[in-house]
Amino acid sequence: MPDFALRTLGDQLINGLVIGNVYALIAIGLALIFGVANLINFAHGSVYMVGAYVGWVAVMWLGWPLAPTFVAVAVVCAALGVLIERFGLRHLQSQARIAPLLATIGISFALDQLVQIIFSPNPQAFSSPLPATRIALGGVSIGALDLLIAAITFAVAAVLFGFLRFTRLGWALRATAQDREAAQQMGVDVDGINALTFAVASVLGGIGGVMIGMYFTSVYPTMSYGAMLKGFAANLLGGLGSVPGAVVGGLLLGLIETFGVALLGSTYRNLFTFVILIGVLVLRPTGLFGARRALPPEPLTGTFVASSRPVRIPAWLVGAALVAAILLPFIATDPYLLQILTSAWLFGMLALSITLVTGAAGQMSLGQAGFLAIGGYASALLTMRLGLPVEASLLLGAVLAAALGTLLTWPVFRLRSQYVALATLGIGEVINQIILNWEDLTNGPLGLSNIPPLTFLGLPITQNVPIYWAALAVLAIAALFQWRLMQSHLGRTWRAMREDDVAARAFGISLNRYKALAFIASGLVAGLSGAFTAHMYSYINNETFAATTSILGLTMVILGGMGNLAGAVVGAIALTALPEVFRPLADARYLIYGIVLLLLVRFRPQGLLGTV
Amino acid sequence: MGMDGKALLEVRGLRREFGGVVAVDGVDLVAYEGETISVIGPNGAGKTTLFNLISGLDQPDAGEICLDGRPITGLPPEVLAARGLARTFQHGRVFGNLSVLDNVLIGAHTRQSAYRLRAPVVGMAAELLLALIQLPAWRAEQRRLREEALEVLALFGDRLLPRADQPAYSLSYANRRRTEIARALALRPRILLLDEPTAGMNPTETAELLEFIRALKQQGLTILLIEHKLSLVMQLSDRVIVMDDGRKIAEGRPEDVRDDPQVIEAYLGHGRRDPEVTDWKVQSEDRKLH
Repeated sequence: MPDFALRTLGDQLINGLVIGNVYALIAIGLALIFGVANLINFAHGSVYMVGAYVGWVAVMWLGWPLAPTFVAVAVVCAALGVLIERFGLRHLQSQARIAPLLATIGISFALDQLVQIIFSPNPQAFSSPLPATRIALGGVSIGALDLLIAAITFAVAAVLFGFLRFTRLGWALRATAQDREAAQQMGVDVDGINALTFAVASVLGGIGGVMIGMYFTSVYPTMSYGAMLKGFAANLLGGLGSVPGAVVGGLLLGLIETFGVALLGSTYRNLFTFVILIGVLVLRPTGLFGARRALPPEPLTGTFVASSRPVRIPAWLVGAALVAAILLPFIATDPYLLQILTSAWLFGMLALSITLVTGAAGQMSLGQAGFLAIGGYASALLTMRLGLPVEASLLLGAVLAAALGTLLTWPVFRLRSQYVALATLGIGEVINQIILNWEDLTNGPLGLSNIPPLTFLGLPITQNVPIYWAALAVLAIAALFQWRLMQSHLGRTWRAMREDDVAARAFGISLNRYKALAFIASGLVAGLSGAFTAHMYSYINNETFAATTSILGLTMVILGGMGNLAGAVVGAIALTALPEVFRPLADARYLIYGIVLLLLVRFRPQGLLGTV
Repeated sequence: MGMDGKALLEVRGLRREFGGVVAVDGVDLVAYEGETISVIGPNGAGKTTLFNLISGLDQPDAGEICLDGRPITGLPPEVLAARGLARTFQHGRVFGNLSVLDNVLIGAHTRQSAYRLRAPVVGMAAELLLALIQLPAWRAEQRRLREEALEVLALFGDRLLPRADQPAYSLSYANRRRTEIARALALRPRILLLDEPTAGMNPTETAELLEFIRALKQQGLTILLIEHKLSLVMQLSDRVIVMDDGRKIAEGRPEDVRDDPQVIEAYLGHGRRDPEVTDWKVQSEDRKLH
């Protein structure tokens, strides 16, 4: 705790309030969008990041003073917000609420990667043009930037309050938030209001980005993701969709985080966000100050499942494809190709696990990488610490992933639709944070190295071709496992629960039980994939199974067709192989994934092979 | 049949408020075994809320519900299903992407042996293994349920049977309603709650369903029916309960209730107490919906 000794309590307070101010700005934007469009906007963090980069270009390249910089940020971000609303989301209004949510994930992938391509993934130094002098106030020192951030936040909050309260446009916006159809009947241009909301929210996000960039003196493309989650944690804390709640929630989160970091160390910074996120969602979904009303109603289950007839794949074709895959190493000897396909088989297992829980059972899981991580770490540690044979540790790792993962996800079972997505994302991150911070067990950020290689009947498997076969075999077993389950009454029960959970309950289906069974079965498959990966690479750390992996897996599933086993494998092959086939695009793979996701949600929600 | 039978469902003083609006206000109801009771009343009278309370989808603020002499107040719907309570929904809630046959098989969910594996963790593990290993006994059970489900579909003649493998979303509206009833029957209910089963059906379809419900009644099934088409109510019901503004305003034999001045007032508003008007109302109601 040297950090704590160095800085006074007062400094921490100022620190927390300043950060909290920025969180509040982000949270206000998310609250506006949630209020008007009933949407958890995953692209908000990316807009914030774009704003930070625009500010950085203006100040560091063009040498602009602050005032025109902020104007430029506002203009660019407003335009970006309008574009996102107009071309990414507007035509998804009639679909389940999860569809625009997925679209915003796609947009966020694309924006992050675009900025990364233009400005490189490295952090860029960003020094504020403000004087560095600090004012001492009774033992507390306040910098010019601190004051600027506080002033801007309060000014923005005041202007926004006045706008919502006293202008006709503000009334129209609030009316749309309360009842979209009624507002439309009364002549409000609800599409225009939607676009306006995105513009205003994006300006707030962008300004927050610039200020955080100056505050931490750097900008980097991946700053988007954490900001979005913090904004949402703050928003939840104050009451989802409430603007004053967002301000209070932002300040509170900033304080909690700053004091928490001072007490426990900076690696714990994000843990607070995620614990708050999940805790509030589960225990008090209306937020600390929210009225005692239920979550906004969702139409039926609000799952992302399009009506379709799945393409029936005859058994002989599956057999032929399997034989071809087995024989491939004899024909194609390019080791690179085999490595890519091996990776496709492992992604295929991830996709299978997601297609079960999200496709068949209708629980939008964005935290599936957490299952991979538990499986990987468990299996690696079982061999390294307890000397278990790898064959046994793979299985045990899978079982542990299923058991621990399901236990951690249990609180989410009472949530529906968008909230499941947000909460599972949070749980995936909590698993990641535990791995990062439980150094005695996991070695922290250094990761585990010298993990014993895969073995088969005691013989190590280290060559490309045998590893390829082993991965293929494990994938085949996983697919067979899930096919059996889907053929049984479980498959029917899961799908019924997905289609209409109210009707399912009325016919004796206990939702908790079948959600748990879905997460257990899916955790087994994902855990096995993670365990296999750990032994194959012989090194893993907390970044091996990042949150983007979860979303990539989900994109594969949507590409293949929700709940469709063959579709999951086809989707995995396509998205793993595509960026490699077009080598020049390899750097832009997440741009491709983002655009694929966006296009699928818009034009082919049933995927290539159809929803099962 | 009727009052001399055993009371299957007893509802006493049931009350439910939604933010100050009393949707169901002190309703009493007794259904004897084998009886068909219709609940009628204008829109917003609280009929569907009453059904939701009885079937456990909603919890009452006050009052008591007993099924077969055992209190069921506050029990979740998944438990009530296993006790033999089945229902259909006002606006239809079929599982769109499931085949018609699978929809009906969901109705038989509580009758599977897997359903009896109730132990918290061990039960779930056992169910997973059961689904994975698919022992001959399990297969035989699934086959038997499948045949039963086909028999239920056959009750609707050739309306559903030829479409057994089609996804429910592809069905016509009337066929979706039939699928819902088939699903409810697959539960082998002791009491069946039908919420406006003929809504949106044309006269032929309505007449067909009337005969269908009459056949169920003759088999001794206890039925609670919400219905707006009064001619159907008059022909099917042993007893009619009239609700208005959350309260039960009348109860009795269909022909008595029809002539009750309070009922006429509830339907037609104040100042029109001429009993002959009821018939006009009955006809116009039918004409409007047909």
